[in-house]
Amino acid sequence: MIWQFDIIILIFLVVTAVIALRVKDLLGASMIFGIYSFLICLLWAEMGAVDVAFTEAAVGAGVSTVIMIATVFSTTRRSKD
Amino acid sequence: MDIIIASFIEEVIVPKFNYWIYVILMMIGLFAMITKNNLIKKLIGMAIFQTAIILLYVSVGVKSEANIPIISHHGHQEHVENAQDEKHSSKLEVSTDDKSDKSDHHAIDKDKFANPLPHVLMLTAIVVGVSTLGLALAISQKVHGSFGTLEEDEILDQLKPGGHD
Amino acid sequence: MKFFGLLSVIIVGSLLLSATKDFPDWGDQDSPANEGPVSSFYIEKTEEKTKVPNMVTAVLADYRGYDTMFETVVIFIAGIGIIAVLRTYGNNDSTPKNQVGDEGAGLLAKITCSLILPFIQLFALYVVAHGHHSPGGGFQGGVMLGASYILLALAYGLARAKSCFSEKRTLVFAAVGIIIYVGWGVLCLIMGKEFLNYSALDSILPGGVEMARSHSMLAVEIGVALTVTAVMFSMFSNLSTKGRLDKGL
Repeated sequence: MIWQFDIIILIFLVVTAVIALRVKDLLGASMIFGIYSFLICLLWAEMGAVDVAFTEAAVGAGVSTVIMIATVFSTTRRSKD
Repeated sequence: MDIIIASFIEEVIVPKFNYWIYVILMMIGLFAMITKNNLIKKLIGMAIFQTAIILLYVSVGVKSEANIPIISHHGHQEHVENAQDEKHSSKLEVSTDDKSDKSDHHAIDKDKFANPLPHVLMLTAIVVGVSTLGLALAISQKVHGSFGTLEEDEILDQLKPGGHD
Repeated sequence: MKFFGLLSVIIVGSLLLSATKDFPDWGDQDSPANEGPVSSFYIEKTEEKTKVPNMVTAVLADYRGYDTMFETVVIFIAGIGIIAVLRTYGNNDSTPKNQVGDEGAGLLAKITCSLILPFIQLFALYVVAHGHHSPGGGFQGGVMLGASYILLALAYGLARAKSCFSEKRTLVFAAVGIIIYVGWGVLCLIMGKEFLNYSALDSILPGGVEMARSHSMLAVEIGVALTVTAVMFSMFSNLSTKGRLDKGL
C-alpha cells in the first residue's frame, strides 16, 4: 500500500503490455509477456494480496510463459504485426 | 506550487490511478483481440484483458491501513496492548486466546486486514486462466498443423473457395 | 478493421473511464466492498471458527468449497481437452527421426537441475502443507510441483521426465485429485451433514469441530494439488511436442 510503488509498477505494466503486442518476433513477445506477468505479481504483493501474488508468480511468470514458448517453438516465430 | 501539485497527486491521481490503468490495460487487450492478425498475439491480448479484470477486483479490496489477510499472533499482541480498557496484561491475553472465544472475537479488527474475498475469487481465476490459455494454444497449434500459418488473413485466404488450397 | 477496432475501443474505454469517478477511492476502508457483511464475517470469524490464520485459504477451501471444486474440474477438463485436441493416432511415421536429438540441455544445466530439483519439490510440498499459516495452498504448490517436472523435461529431455511421470500416471493423478475432493464432500454427506460441510467430520478427526474443518481443508488442498500438478505437466508435454510426446523442446 505504498502508492509510489503502485504508480511506478502500473506505468511499467502499460509499457510492457504495449511492447509485448508490438514486437514482431513471437519468442520476444512471449518473453516480454513473462516480464508483464512478473510485474503484475509485484503489484499484487504491493497491494497486500500475497496469495494472488504467489499464484501469479508460479502460474503467470512460470508455466504460461513456458507453454507459450513451447508453442512458438513448435509452430513459427514469424509474425506480421 | 509544490503544495498544489502534491495535493493534486494525493487527492486526484492516487485514489483513481488503479482504475484508470485497469481501463487502459483492458482496452489494450481488447484492441489486440480485435485487430491483431497473429493468433498468438490475440492470445497475449486475451491474457492482458484477464489481468486487467483481476486488477479491478484486487484494487477494490485494498485498505490503506491494512496488512496482508493472515492473522499473525504478533499483530494480536500489538492490538491488545493498544486497547487500554482490557484488564489483562498482553501476555496473558495471547496465551488464553486459543481457548476462550470471546477474547479472540474482541481482538480482530477488520480494518487491520485486507479484504480476503476478492483475493479468493481471483486466485482461482488465474489458475483457470492458464489452463484455458493452454487449451487455446493447443488449438492454435492444430491450426498451424492444418494451414501452415498462424496469420489470420492467410488462413482466410486458404479457406476461400477460390483459394490456393 | 483497424478503424472499427479503434472506434469501439475508444467508445468502450471512455464509457469505462467516465464510470471510474463513481468508484470508491483506492485504499478506502469504508467502501461498500470492504464494509460488506460477507467480507467482515470472513475477517472476524474465520480464525475463531476454523483455526486457520490465513483467511484466503480458509475461504477458498471451506466457505467457497463448491467454487473451488468446480474450478478444479475446469482445470481437469482443460487438460483432457488439450490431449483430445492435439493427439493424433495413425500417422506416426515422423516419430523415429526425432528420437536422435532427445538429449536435453548441456552438462551445466543438467547438474544444476539435479541439484535444485529436490529442493523445489520439497518446497512445493511445504507450500501445500503450510498453506494454512502462510501464503500458499493447493493451487500454488501444485503448479510448483508441476513446474519441477517441466524443469526435468527441459534439462534431461522429455523421455526422462516421462519415465517418472508417465502419461497414464498423469491422467490417474488428475482424476484422483478430483476424487479426493469430491469424496471428502461425500464423506461429510455420509456423516449426516451437507455436502462439503466439514464440521460433520469432528467425530473421526481429532481436535473438535474447528480442527476438523482445518484438517479437511488440508485434504481438499492435497486433491487440488494433485490435479493441478498432473494437468500442468501434461499441458507442457503435449504442447511442446504437438501431442506426439516424443521429443521435448
